[in-house]
Amino acid sequence: MPLRVTLLEAVRVAWMPSNGALHGPALDVLMRWNLIALCLCFLVAHVWLIAAILRRWKSKPATAPKALPWLILTALCAMYVWMAVTSQRLWANSRFAGPAPAAMQVEVVGEQFQWYFRYPGEDAAFGVTRPELVNAAEGNPLGLDGRDARGKDDVVSSVLVLPVGREVDLRLRSLDVIHGFFIPGMRLKENAVPGLVLHVHFTPSVIGTYPILCSQVCGSGHARMQAMLSVVSQAEFQAWLAARERTRIQEGAP
Amino acid sequence: MRLRVFTTSHRALGILYLLLALVAVIAGTLLSLIMRLHRIWPDLAVPFFGTIKPEGYLALVTMHGTLMIFFVLTTAPQIGFANLVLPEQIGARGMAFPRLNAAAFWLTALALLVLLAAFFVPQGAPISGWTSYPPLSAVASAGPGEGAGMDLWLASIAIFCLASWLGAVNMLVTILGERRAGMTWSRLPMTVWAWLVTSILTLLVFSVLLAAIILLFSDRHFGSSFFVPRGDLVNGHIVGHGDGSPLLWLHLFWFFGHPEVYIAVLPGMGLATSLFANFARRRVAGYRVMAAMLVAIGLLGLVVWGHHMFVSGMNPYAGTAFALTTMAIAVPSTVEALGWLTILWGGRLRLRTPMLFALGFLSFFIAGGLTGPILAQPALDAYLHNTFFVVAHFHLVMAMAGVFSIFAGIYYWFPLISGRMMNESLGKLHFWITLIAAYGTFFPMHFSGLAGEPRHYERLAGPVTSFSAIAANERGITFSALLLASAQLIFLWNIFTSVRRGRVAEANPWEATTLEWAPEMGRGRVERGPYEYEIPANETIFHPQWELASKQE
Repeated sequence: MPLRVTLLEAVRVAWMPSNGALHGPALDVLMRWNLIALCLCFLVAHVWLIAAILRRWKSKPATAPKALPWLILTALCAMYVWMAVTSQRLWANSRFAGPAPAAMQVEVVGEQFQWYFRYPGEDAAFGVTRPELVNAAEGNPLGLDGRDARGKDDVVSSVLVLPVGREVDLRLRSLDVIHGFFIPGMRLKENAVPGLVLHVHFTPSVIGTYPILCSQVCGSGHARMQAMLSVVSQAEFQAWLAARERTRIQEGAP
Repeated sequence: MRLRVFTTSHRALGILYLLLALVAVIAGTLLSLIMRLHRIWPDLAVPFFGTIKPEGYLALVTMHGTLMIFFVLTTAPQIGFANLVLPEQIGARGMAFPRLNAAAFWLTALALLVLLAAFFVPQGAPISGWTSYPPLSAVASAGPGEGAGMDLWLASIAIFCLASWLGAVNMLVTILGERRAGMTWSRLPMTVWAWLVTSILTLLVFSVLLAAIILLFSDRHFGSSFFVPRGDLVNGHIVGHGDGSPLLWLHLFWFFGHPEVYIAVLPGMGLATSLFANFARRRVAGYRVMAAMLVAIGLLGLVVWGHHMFVSGMNPYAGTAFALTTMAIAVPSTVEALGWLTILWGGRLRLRTPMLFALGFLSFFIAGGLTGPILAQPALDAYLHNTFFVVAHFHLVMAMAGVFSIFAGIYYWFPLISGRMMNESLGKLHFWITLIAAYGTFFPMHFSGLAGEPRHYERLAGPVTSFSAIAANERGITFSALLLASAQLIFLWNIFTSVRRGRVAEANPWEATTLEWAPEMGRGRVERGPYEYEIPANETIFHPQWELASKQE
């Protein structure tokens, strides 16, 4: 029994962290089949290789059937096509189609070496930001322009809090250099590129906390550039956001 | 043979190139060992470095990658081996442009010196990785090492581009114009096909890299904005004044960067074909197909660069297009692998050291190649991109396959250079330890990658992650890497002793057919194919290319 537990542990450690996104199970199945198929190819090729080495001791030289390599090639090509097609379907679902109109908007901003998350507030519109106004020490890490009324109710957080079961449309930006926005538990990765606003959308489906990492080397603090995604119930999310809104209105700035 | 330093002899230059690659590979390996030690013991003080700071770790990664990719894997199998044997293999008197050839070597040596100098300037070597993505690489204040260190990096690679051009022009003209009468396309050894393709690729892609480097240098010093967007705010200062795009660098860089991988590995594929034929005593079934597939891999390699950019902000439809071209490249690669396995199946294998390393090349080519189709799928790459899974992939398919082909070539051509054989027992010991330790080092990295561990992380434990589950895996990798590096001492010892005291080699010690082993370089016509071994009939019968066809019939 203990051995079996250890083996299970080992397999779990060698696998991806548990999935919390709606699109994750399909991707995990695809990953598993790909790895199994390619492991088999690896084993067959090496059995062939070792058999060829051992055969040399036989006195009679032999020739492999001529058609065999072509058959194998055809089978492998079929496998490549299968891989390309099945995987394209997932890619298209997540990237070709935009989010549903009801999706929640959150902005993700990377800077050396910190992630910020901005919620648009009740007006569902983000206020204008200007790089020259960025001043983290004075509580304006994103450079919100106080003259823009849409920004008055924007909430900026260093934790990404999302309600479970609701699609979210992330708006990725970077202030300085290229960062990589990576949530292993959400099976999600997209770079945050300065000068571009990139959108990715997904639906968190399991309540819990998930590490957010930077996956693109961005400077000396790259390994420390992490944040936490907290997926909570709809009610908890509303309460959290309302509390943040209140503090924001009381502070008033900028 | 005596080695003159300012020589124009192609063989002497070949040896100089290999020595340069040896210096680079020793430096690159030591850097990687420090990285591996730091990953499992973050507080360990390393001699000469002290305790590694985060930027110190990134500098090690950058310099390790740059040294290995440019100065080892691009240099040794391509221009190094080509200088050793290419003119002889096609029956030429020498390279087409001997002085250009020498100039190319000295430029390469200069590039290496300039690169290593980056360690010794204020703030040290650059930290932006061998891919040098801007704006990190475009703005000196973006991090330590991005000032003088980055300028030296750019200068070094620019010089390396020039050197590679000269070398490639020389190789190309030699192959196209200097072949002996009768050395037709279908009589070329497969190595020559590979060098033909890599020299064309070199001309095409190093031009683009040089252009990109000049643009980046101009962004850094002349106030242009090719790669820095408007309003870019680095370290409290707005540095972006024009409308540049970092994505432009990614396109230019990977247009170079992907074919670069084939420049590193195609010569190994050519050499493996020759060695399999030789040590299995068999003809190459489907020689034309095998040659055509080398060309196909080279050409397709020019249109797959976008698979490095699936999650970079590139249009997702472009991602699909690049996924398909990348998947297509699996086809010629599979044909090559099946071709090799077919040669081996019917052969009477002679498991001498060069053959063992060629078999190791094949093993790594398959092991690393098979994760290619996974990474070619944007959906899966959106999880695996920039994790250790990718590190495992390219260390197996490019680094280990490349290095094993270099070892195979050195063991194989050593008698040609020195007149002596390398010690077989030491060679076999070297092979087995290296094979096992290389798998032990790079295979478990797949698991770290699946666990989600990104590249370029100087320590596993961050503010919100511990990655404690893979700590044991990481320790195993480090110990295996230490074994892998120490096993290379056997190789160095073998070279060192065999040069002086090795068994004197007989003429054509491997009973090879290609022209570099010909006893004399007359001007006779070539009338035979490159691999005329006669295994079904008799394993001792073979027809070297310097033999006249009429003799047999």
